[in-house]
Amino acid sequence: MGATLKDATAIVGIGQTPFAKRLPESEKRLACRAIVAALDDAGIAPSEVDAFASYTMEETDEVEIAKSIGAGDVTHFSKAGYGGGGSCATVAHLAAAIATGQASVGVAWRSRKRGSGPRPWTNTRVQLPTPAQWTRPFGLLRPADEIGMLARRYMHEYGATRDHFFNVALACRNRANQNPAAMMYDRPLTREMYMTARWISEPLCLFDNCLETDGALACVVVSAERARDCRRRPVYVHAAAQGLPAQHHGMVNYWNDDPLTGPAWTAARHLWKGADLGPQDIDVAQIYDAFTPLIPLSLEGYGFCGRGEGAAFTEGGALEIGGRLPLNTGGGGLSEAYVHGFNLITEGVRQLRGTSTAQVPDAATCLVTAGEGVPTSALLLRS
Amino acid sequence: MRAERSPRGTTAGTESMTVRDAMNTSLPPATDTAPDPGADLLLPVPDDDGAPFWEYAARGELRVQTCSDCDEPRFPPRPCCPHCQSFTAHWQRMSGRGRIWSYVLPHPPLLPAYAAQAPYNAIIVELAEAPRIRLVGNLVAAPDAALNSVDPARLRIGAPVKAVFHALPGGPTVPRWVLERP
Repeated sequence: MGATLKDATAIVGIGQTPFAKRLPESEKRLACRAIVAALDDAGIAPSEVDAFASYTMEETDEVEIAKSIGAGDVTHFSKAGYGGGGSCATVAHLAAAIATGQASVGVAWRSRKRGSGPRPWTNTRVQLPTPAQWTRPFGLLRPADEIGMLARRYMHEYGATRDHFFNVALACRNRANQNPAAMMYDRPLTREMYMTARWISEPLCLFDNCLETDGALACVVVSAERARDCRRRPVYVHAAAQGLPAQHHGMVNYWNDDPLTGPAWTAARHLWKGADLGPQDIDVAQIYDAFTPLIPLSLEGYGFCGRGEGAAFTEGGALEIGGRLPLNTGGGGLSEAYVHGFNLITEGVRQLRGTSTAQVPDAATCLVTAGEGVPTSALLLRS
Repeated sequence: MRAERSPRGTTAGTESMTVRDAMNTSLPPATDTAPDPGADLLLPVPDDDGAPFWEYAARGELRVQTCSDCDEPRFPPRPCCPHCQSFTAHWQRMSGRGRIWSYVLPHPPLLPAYAAQAPYNAIIVELAEAPRIRLVGNLVAAPDAALNSVDPARLRIGAPVKAVFHALPGGPTVPRWVLERP
């Protein structure tokens, strides 16, 4: 048996800026603030940082960040692709680099002014010919339209209803209402508000869609050995995985045998294989929620229920505190902030430190996932 | 699209490309002065592998890239067959019949040309001959009708549809779909 990732590294620092529809500072400045805060949280000097990982969609780069924060010589830097599908992969890449001796102190970050900046789908000049030529001319323009197609089919195949999607939106909103940092902290959601909300792409309404946020987050990864000397209780990376299934097509995954199984299934198989835990051992989950239907799909993919049972799983308060699987306990992308899922990683760390604003009692294990419906990634964290 | 590129050869048994209805490539410009509901819709931007699809569509033909060695159809088009790795392919003509696999009704915010017709429908059609080949398109009342020309109440997963062809104002022709039982 060669080197293993299992518990070899830990997240020892987290940092973030405020979240808002509009922040005055630049993405670079926000990135530096989040990273410096994360290093301070860890009690590690910026000059010790020798690894960076972020998203291919990240607009700030290692060169600018490293010289701004005062990093030392950097020996590992990587980027993970596919938008929010890369969130957990940033930590996974750092964990792999540190576990194999390529680096010792890694920083992962995401800084994005998606709240005040342009919506990516409005760009008509830069469009990828594959697969945009097969979808955009017909008015399938936005991620909400692309996922709406799968959502409609999912409802048809399994009898899922809008109430199931509402269960997801409500759980995230309820947790945001407990989290002063959340954009929706003071805005409760009711079923009536949900059912009468304007459509974005039927069958998806406004509340099925994530927020548009300006903000930045970062975390610090070191070896388990080093973690013991850090300021905070270590949160171990127990397992990590990326997932690009055979014959997958990205968010417009309409062209294979079974479009209602996606990257979550692939990532999950690898994740559980490398873990001492199974779905039944997970105390709390941070599941990527750009759109509410991604939750039932991911619940199936990661094995919390059977095929087609994801919608029913959400019934009876299962996703609330005290339920079968408390979900997105900071409010998630739907109600805390949408920063390509990085806030799900930091909230997973808070749960295992015992410092969440919606703390699951004695939480010791947390699943964090990245964007479903695109090539994805996932982390199993444990205290 | 690149007009100089001619469709690649077809295998024996597929319909001759010379027997076709060229109405879509010779469609005269609209003569009335009403704004065209299709003006400023996004045009397909073909890649090398996809270009023949659009060239056939301009001739009113729906064709799918098919492996010439193992006969498996594949979509979207790509350089080699994922089943047998053959680089030899042809474009198999489809009947144009299929069923609605899913659909959405987009509402604003949208690009202006689409917002002007919203809510409209976007549908996915699974082809009768190859149900795993699913094409995104629009269900319309007639080939040149607006994207919102079908009452949304008529949309239903499983509804049989057939392909028609519409020349976009900017030039390329796209397949669209009408109900088999309007």
